[in-house]
Amino acid sequence: MAMTIHVDIVSAEQEVYSGLAEMLFAPAELGEVGIAPRHAPLITKLKPGEVRVKISDKESQEFYVSGGLLEVQPHIVTVLADTAIRAHDIDEAQALQAKARAEEMLTDKSGKVDYALAQAQLAEAVMQLRTLERLRKRGS
Amino acid sequence: MAVGKEIRTKIASIKNTQKITRAMEMVAASKMRKTKDRMQATRPYSKKISQIINHLSHANPEYKHPYMIEREVKRVGVIVVSSDRGLCGGLNANLFRTILNEMQQWNSRNIEIDICTVGGKAANFFSNINANVIGQVAKLGDTPHQMDIIGVIKIMLDGYENGTIDQLHVINNEFVNTMTQKPVMTQLLPVVAGDLEDDLSGHWDYLYEPGAKEVLDHLLQRYVESIVYQGLVENNACEQAARMVAMKSASDNAGNIIKELQLVYNKARQAAITQEISEIVAGAAAV
Repeated sequence: MAMTIHVDIVSAEQEVYSGLAEMLFAPAELGEVGIAPRHAPLITKLKPGEVRVKISDKESQEFYVSGGLLEVQPHIVTVLADTAIRAHDIDEAQALQAKARAEEMLTDKSGKVDYALAQAQLAEAVMQLRTLERLRKRGS
Repeated sequence: MAVGKEIRTKIASIKNTQKITRAMEMVAASKMRKTKDRMQATRPYSKKISQIINHLSHANPEYKHPYMIEREVKRVGVIVVSSDRGLCGGLNANLFRTILNEMQQWNSRNIEIDICTVGGKAANFFSNINANVIGQVAKLGDTPHQMDIIGVIKIMLDGYENGTIDQLHVINNEFVNTMTQKPVMTQLLPVVAGDLEDDLSGHWDYLYEPGAKEVLDHLLQRYVESIVYQGLVENNACEQAARMVAMKSASDNAGNIIKELQLVYNKARQAAITQEISEIVAGAAAV
């Protein structure tokens, strides 16, 4: 098995990820960095953007951070994120779909429709999209 | 029968008190669950950042940040985290006793003390004893935000940078479990090197991006904020737990008093009945 490094990602609200990984990519202030095991000790500020944890060749996980700090020790990497969200938590396609579904339900007045439910779903989808947009804007 | 009217009203009033304490107990129990969750949610962050600071204090940096340099101590700053409300047993009293002990020791070494208070109880206490309070914030509610305490932290950090204070401590209650809360004082500045799990000895330093000063400024400020915030949420959980326990024992005590009074009342009533009967019998005998 390839060499691994322990990765901890915590946000101010919760622990987001903790486990072994082959490599970690993070948006440092001076440009994207990739951290492999036995990297020299490093402390850097993070820009808003995507932190990618490569767990193995096949598997990797993405997180959005809105800024924070990155500490590297030879065998341990810590990401202190201001806020971190698992990227798949706000899946844009799904959010769009949910929005379309909810809108459809709202316009469809022929059948029996639970309007309260539809409105709630719509609100949720719109919120997710807005979060995604905000992340993208800050990331650019 | 007009026996023991005072006793009956007393029993009624204690029953009312018991109702109130029981309600407060239940409210505190449900709030405790929420505040405990919040405390546990923010714990990883503050733990990790202290770990990083610990690593940092074992490095041999070219650039020494002022927050990491020990100075001769002439004046210390203390951030006291207390609850806003009372009726939570000895929680705040224990905290104040601990801090007073420390203050006495500092006084005996001619060290002056600046205090910032978080929470209403500490504000009252320290203005009563005429301590040198230079900042205070209160009424943070059950869901405090980091924004709320940035003000008092800034006062202290500025003081440290200007050299008015040479050490910064934070004191708050630590949540051990529901029954036990323990006042703890943590030295924030200058950063103290703790024990390390892994061996980091040797001559090494971090790479800093973009620059050592910028990164360390940011990191150390975050560190202080996150530790004080953690202290605050932890103190909140302590407050609810202590209140729950205090109100439970108050309800139990009320129950005991009611039992005793009931006994006294019953005896008095029985005595009155016996007396009446003997009077009637005596009256009948006399005829």
